[in-house]
Amino acid sequence: VGHPYIPNAPEIRKQMLKEIGAKSVDDLFSDIPKSVRLKRKLDLPRLSEQEARRHVRALLSRNRPTTELLSFLGAGAWPHHVPAHVRNLTQRSEFLTSYTPYQPEASQGMLQALFEYQSLICELTGMDVANASMYDWASSLGEAALMCARVTRRRKFLVPDLMSAERFSVLQNYASGPGLELVRLGHDGSTGQLDLSQLREQLGEDIAGVYIENPGYLGFLETQADEIGKVAHKAGALFVVGVNPISLGLLKPPGDYGVDIVVGEGQPLGNPVSFGGPSLGIFACRDDRRLVRQVPGRLIGMTKAADEKTRGFVMGLQTREQHIRRERATSSICTNQSLCAVAAAIYLSSLGPRGLRELAEICASNASYAMRKLNAIDGLETPIFDAPHFNEFAIGLNKAKTSAVKLNAKLLERGIQGGKPLANEFPELGEASLWCTTELHSREDIDRLAEATAEILEAAK
Amino acid sequence: MTGYRQARWGAEDKLEPLVFELGDKRRVGYSLPPKHSKSFKIPKKLLRTELNLPELSEPEVARHFTRLSQMNYGVDSGIYPLGSCTMKYNPKISEELAGLEGASSLHPYQSEETVQGALELMYRLERALAEVAGVARVSLHPSAGAHGEFLAMLIARKYHSSNGDGKRTQVIVPDSAHGTNPASAAMAGYEVVVVPSNERGRVDLDALKATVSDRTAALMLTNPNTLGLFEDEIEEMVKVVHDAGGLLFYDGANLNGIMGKARPGDMGFDIVHFNLHKTFGTPHGGGGPGSGPVGVRKKLEKFLPAPLVEHDAKRDRYYLDYDRPDSTGRIQAFHGNFGVLVKAYTYILMMGSEGLEEATEAAVLNANYIMRKLLKVKGYDLKFDASGPCKHEVVFSAESLKDGTGVTARDVAKRLLDYGMHAPTYYFPPIVPEALMIEPTESEPREGLDRFVEALEKIAGEARSDPDRVRSAPTATAIGRLDEVKASREPILSWRMYCKNRE
Repeated sequence: VGHPYIPNAPEIRKQMLKEIGAKSVDDLFSDIPKSVRLKRKLDLPRLSEQEARRHVRALLSRNRPTTELLSFLGAGAWPHHVPAHVRNLTQRSEFLTSYTPYQPEASQGMLQALFEYQSLICELTGMDVANASMYDWASSLGEAALMCARVTRRRKFLVPDLMSAERFSVLQNYASGPGLELVRLGHDGSTGQLDLSQLREQLGEDIAGVYIENPGYLGFLETQADEIGKVAHKAGALFVVGVNPISLGLLKPPGDYGVDIVVGEGQPLGNPVSFGGPSLGIFACRDDRRLVRQVPGRLIGMTKAADEKTRGFVMGLQTREQHIRRERATSSICTNQSLCAVAAAIYLSSLGPRGLRELAEICASNASYAMRKLNAIDGLETPIFDAPHFNEFAIGLNKAKTSAVKLNAKLLERGIQGGKPLANEFPELGEASLWCTTELHSREDIDRLAEATAEILEAAK
Repeated sequence: MTGYRQARWGAEDKLEPLVFELGDKRRVGYSLPPKHSKSFKIPKKLLRTELNLPELSEPEVARHFTRLSQMNYGVDSGIYPLGSCTMKYNPKISEELAGLEGASSLHPYQSEETVQGALELMYRLERALAEVAGVARVSLHPSAGAHGEFLAMLIARKYHSSNGDGKRTQVIVPDSAHGTNPASAAMAGYEVVVVPSNERGRVDLDALKATVSDRTAALMLTNPNTLGLFEDEIEEMVKVVHDAGGLLFYDGANLNGIMGKARPGDMGFDIVHFNLHKTFGTPHGGGGPGSGPVGVRKKLEKFLPAPLVEHDAKRDRYYLDYDRPDSTGRIQAFHGNFGVLVKAYTYILMMGSEGLEEATEAAVLNANYIMRKLLKVKGYDLKFDASGPCKHEVVFSAESLKDGTGVTARDVAKRLLDYGMHAPTYYFPPIVPEALMIEPTESEPREGLDRFVEALEKIAGEARSDPDRVRSAPTATAIGRLDEVKASREPILSWRMYCKNRE
């Protein structure tokens, strides 16, 4: 009967075969040695569209999305409201079904949208150059470490010890290629701030880069970022910072404290969490020739048409990339997360400076309110670190008679998804978990969490 | 006149303004809930004082990005014969399902009991991909093809080091390989060694024999290769590499040419990657997000990154298995591009075994149809073996056209845009002079193929009668040819750089 996605029906295919002098379709596969031919049919069912829809809907309905549960998870994947028009516009099939804009004349729309994404990220971070996206924050960080090593021709990269284990694992894999050494710097036990004396001890002529996160993985701000940058630069190292871009509606941009490379997770800018992917790796840097020529991934540049009049956009500095430079490319990345970048451009264009500020303030004040409410509960230490926080915070449960995992199980019975348990990542914190609030949480939501938590801890006594 | 005209929004000297040139200080394009608590304790010195973002209302945003989209060509616009990119139709049902809250509003750290459907979907997708490629297990983590290649190289490294074999520092790639192959091998710390193709457009077996040694970690190969030709000596190649102690990596970019006909695992490949955004119908989105799962044979299973999705049959529960002590470690912070996985799974359901095989047959037939028709057109030739069939794509050379008229493959490609057709990949693979790499996919109807060949024939005629018309193409797109040299010499990569330059 044919298939709806295959225009040339079996009858037409027969005619076409005849026209090109083939007896049957098997002739077209005669070059595959018999010994490697598959001698059976693949074992996969075929469904009609309504059956496929029903099946997939049934599968997905067995999930309990964060729109139904009251969730306080963040940790690098932050649920925010995605305005309806963001999805609607990114779903336009001219964007959705296009390839990498290798033909700029026919792809000005995507090129300009990506140039706007790069530009908006630059304004947000205070950098001059941003690429058109990496896979996610973790791979952006990996690429940043490699770039530091290429620029400085040094082989050591310093990172904070309070960073996500998953992100660190990705970084290790990226660093392993050229054999970079990663050194984890300690922190002040009460404030979580990077240990500057350890940093100074480590810094020498072999340090390619110093990395911090601001806000840190556990939600607190790094208040000595300025100083860290100065110390790093003095030793000839590059200064790299990882960010949650929503926080930059409120916080000082990295460009204001001497950062050379900014990485981060762009998902909260108009992209749903989607079980952790598609994500959006932010990668931006200063306009320094030494840096720009070493940037990984795609850079969209403004230029003019050959008539020298009309403004247009092209993929720039392509000689850095794998399709030209092959094994000497700055990275192997080709397909990236472009459409997520377009979503981010639409999102940032819609929020503007005031919207983003207001949003960041709501996120921060919700966290502040939640920390106060939770800290008032007997047995909880909230936040663990005495420092300013943005929208995430770590809770200590060492004085409670339950574990983070057990607390979450009890909360789940009440329709609440608690924060991420941290025992595996940071055993030194004892029982602890990482919580997040955004504009999605109402005051009542936070009150509900606090009441439920108090009840559960009381019962566990 | 070709009768085609792409939308062009804008004024005389520029297209649609940049978003920074739109809007007004008092406009609002958002609505937020009220702030219910005013306080947060962040010292003033950590706060920013200014943020230069544009201020637009929602209708302006919608209009701006709609206009941009209209100046962009996609698979839904017309033929998209971009070689090695498999620009097939992207089913709308997949978009609908991936957009459901049961997929889009899941958090990667939710308790397993609240994401059973997602885990089952991943488990089933893994089984389906393993069946198509003939491998034991598949990691769904990689976000794109090159990401998958990188993971494959990490697996190869881990395998050799687990054998106490530290000497294997080289990865072999054919001269016809995708650029990502050598780049990914280099990222994993390997030295890249190139092996030449023979006059039949296949890897030169003798050269391969001379290249392998006890330093060989792996051979990276796509089959069908980038010339669209099946590497028919694959079994000998596998033996040569395996005998030398190396592994074989299959670049899955060209899997659309063999589904249901042959499987990389059965050919002897040890590590296989998939491009779900090529073979399995998920959209490219102008350059991503894609998904590049990696499958391995049994002996390499333990090196796949944690976690894998497992099924506890007794309790009928799906779970994430993090207990993988030999794993390579992560290349992705979470579980891969899950939204893309939902789309690929839906596509596989809609195709089934028969549909996938039919897609391959129709795609290969379309490529052969173009090959046979275009061979009759003066100016376009095959540089390698033209006796047998091609697979999903075919690489022509416009060298004779260039010699006769001065019109290049690039000019031909640009002129095709004027006919409302996307250009083939050109100047790749590098072993074909004036290459035009054509992959029509199964999504193109016969009359579309006919029109494409006719257009190429007309362009060859124009090249002879009016070469300037071809050289000055395109003129029917939103903008004509762009100054790419200027873009690289004086890079303007953001609005900020543009404003600084202007000052």
